[in-house]
Amino acid sequence: MNDLVIEARGLTRHFGSLVAVDSLDLEIPRARIYGFLGPNGSGKSTTIRMLCGLLTPTEGRVTVLGVDVPGDAQSLKAHIGYMTQKFSLFGDMTVRENLEFMAAIYSWPRDRRRERIAELLADYDLADRPKQLAGTLSGGQKQRLALAAAVLHEPDLLLLDEPTSAVDPQSRRDFWAKLFALAERGTTILVSTHYMDEAERCHRLAILDRGVKVADGTPEALKEGMGMHTVEVLADEPTVAQQVLAGMPGIASITQLGVRLRVLLPSAVADPANLVADRLDAAGIEARCDVAAASLEDVFVAVTQKPAVGAS
Amino acid sequence: MNSLSRLGAIVGKELRQLRRDRLTFGMVVGLPVIQMLLFGYAINTDVRDLRTAVADEANTHLSREFVARVGQTQVADLRFDVESPQELEELLRRGRIAIGVHIPADFDRRVADPGRPAVQLLVDGSDPTILGVANQLRSMPIRFDSAAAGAGPASAIEVRPYYNPERRTPVNIVPGLMGVILTMTMMLFTAVAIVRERERGNLELLINTPVSSAELMIGKVIPYIVIGLIQLALILAVGSLLFEVPVRGSIVDLYIAAAVFIAANLALGLLVSTLVATQFQAMQMTVFVLLPSILLSGFMFPFDGMPRFAQILGELLPNTHFIRLTRGIMLREASLLELRGELLALAAFAAVALTLAAMRFSKRLD
Repeated sequence: MNDLVIEARGLTRHFGSLVAVDSLDLEIPRARIYGFLGPNGSGKSTTIRMLCGLLTPTEGRVTVLGVDVPGDAQSLKAHIGYMTQKFSLFGDMTVRENLEFMAAIYSWPRDRRRERIAELLADYDLADRPKQLAGTLSGGQKQRLALAAAVLHEPDLLLLDEPTSAVDPQSRRDFWAKLFALAERGTTILVSTHYMDEAERCHRLAILDRGVKVADGTPEALKEGMGMHTVEVLADEPTVAQQVLAGMPGIASITQLGVRLRVLLPSAVADPANLVADRLDAAGIEARCDVAAASLEDVFVAVTQKPAVGAS
Repeated sequence: MNSLSRLGAIVGKELRQLRRDRLTFGMVVGLPVIQMLLFGYAINTDVRDLRTAVADEANTHLSREFVARVGQTQVADLRFDVESPQELEELLRRGRIAIGVHIPADFDRRVADPGRPAVQLLVDGSDPTILGVANQLRSMPIRFDSAAAGAGPASAIEVRPYYNPERRTPVNIVPGLMGVILTMTMMLFTAVAIVRERERGNLELLINTPVSSAELMIGKVIPYIVIGLIQLALILAVGSLLFEVPVRGSIVDLYIAAAVFIAANLALGLLVSTLVATQFQAMQMTVFVLLPSILLSGFMFPFDGMPRFAQILGELLPNTHFIRLTRGIMLREASLLELRGELLALAAFAAVALTLAAMRFSKRLD
């Protein structure tokens, strides 16, 4: 087996006339956290479902852990862990009962089940509530339980579909710490998100826009290769400043962040900060303009040519 | 006025949602129309064509004429000619006939003697309706010369009700009611089982595990078989303690029959579960099956009295076969071996429904 855990060529999925995923190529290496970044409806969930055999691709080929999908998907199930967007464990069973159920479903050796569950309860901060009904857990606790259930059978590949969409920032940070620990132990993780800060943490990520992969690389490489200057404008009346700049030729996009504007200009433009400052000055608007380091959000805006969603 | 507009908004929303729930919308039309057509034609308390066997030990001109006239009444459908009253009893016990006509060897002499009944009607009295119909036959005159004046003997025909001589309704109803209760509870349990997990999102988790479709289906059936057998025990206990309904045959036979019947209903429920999208739709489908299980199974009306097409529909319902089994085992002391046809029908039903359900249930979302 080579060191690519997932290899997809020309992966395409239609729903009626809608093309949810269009000619996607993927190469995901072992023991890495690979992110899918994209707005809702960009094809993240559809792709993940095709990778684990839940959906049949309209076109294209996928190999996951050396297995053809969806043809041999059943043999793959024991080696992947899957976490759905919505909490999908049993709300009317306790934390421990849910884990015991999953241990039995994955045929975890009977004599080691108790030990494995105790380990998971400790690792995922649930040791104080094994008897609580899963349905009554908080968002963060549910998410930890879901991750514990997904990794119980020590899968080689973990597929996480927007795992943090329903939890607070602190829980998200803790969650990512767990993911890094898993990756260090050799688990490959594919995680979809629409949070920029989460995308930033991935070893590598693909940006999806309306079913098409518009960028693929490490966060650093994506920022470096964006092909845009970022100019940060600090103005008293940012809304007015935005209106002035909107009519200016050569500007790729403007995003307001509080009192600041982030303006993207093609990298061919020389001295972009002064260009913007002059324009605002001519309109009688006082503003400070500086070239700033590109953020992942700038990359997202540049490649999708629209404001990012869910930015934090 | 604001209140009216809000009221209008709610009404409009309900109608819009109803229209988009295609199955429910179909039920709005389908349930009343189909069921009315079905039962309007099928339900017929004017019973005809009861399966009848004749043991004509006299075989005289008069006896043959009598048998022909019994056939002409249309109440009886003469299916079998047998040699002895013992054979009539045998057919009766196995549920093959509802009425046995026994004409003794000295029939001609008995006809002339007003003191003795000339003919015996052996009737399956476990169904009071059949007994009532058989009693109509008593008024048939038997004479040497139909032209001869004077009334024949008033009691020329003797009706002998079998199995329920006291003519108590519970004795007939309880064995049938068992099937109706089990149909309702068992089907509903599994009909909502898959949809509930789909609605709650559990299913997407389960289909991503090594669990196979067959494991999931069979695993969902087994616990409810046990629950169904417990329900059966409760029904039998109440039937026996409060209504003095007998179990004349083997209780083991009864439990075996019930286990297969319960499995058939659970499998049917699972099949429903793979066809519908919401728990509400699952309940509607259950009612859709439950009504004919009450009305076309022979529970409410004698199966023989129903028109042919209703009988064919009835044969497709597990409850029809189960009611024949329970009445046979509990009232007529029939053995499972004698009723094996019904048991096989139930087993086949369960196997087909479970296979279809497992095939319909795909471990994919598309």
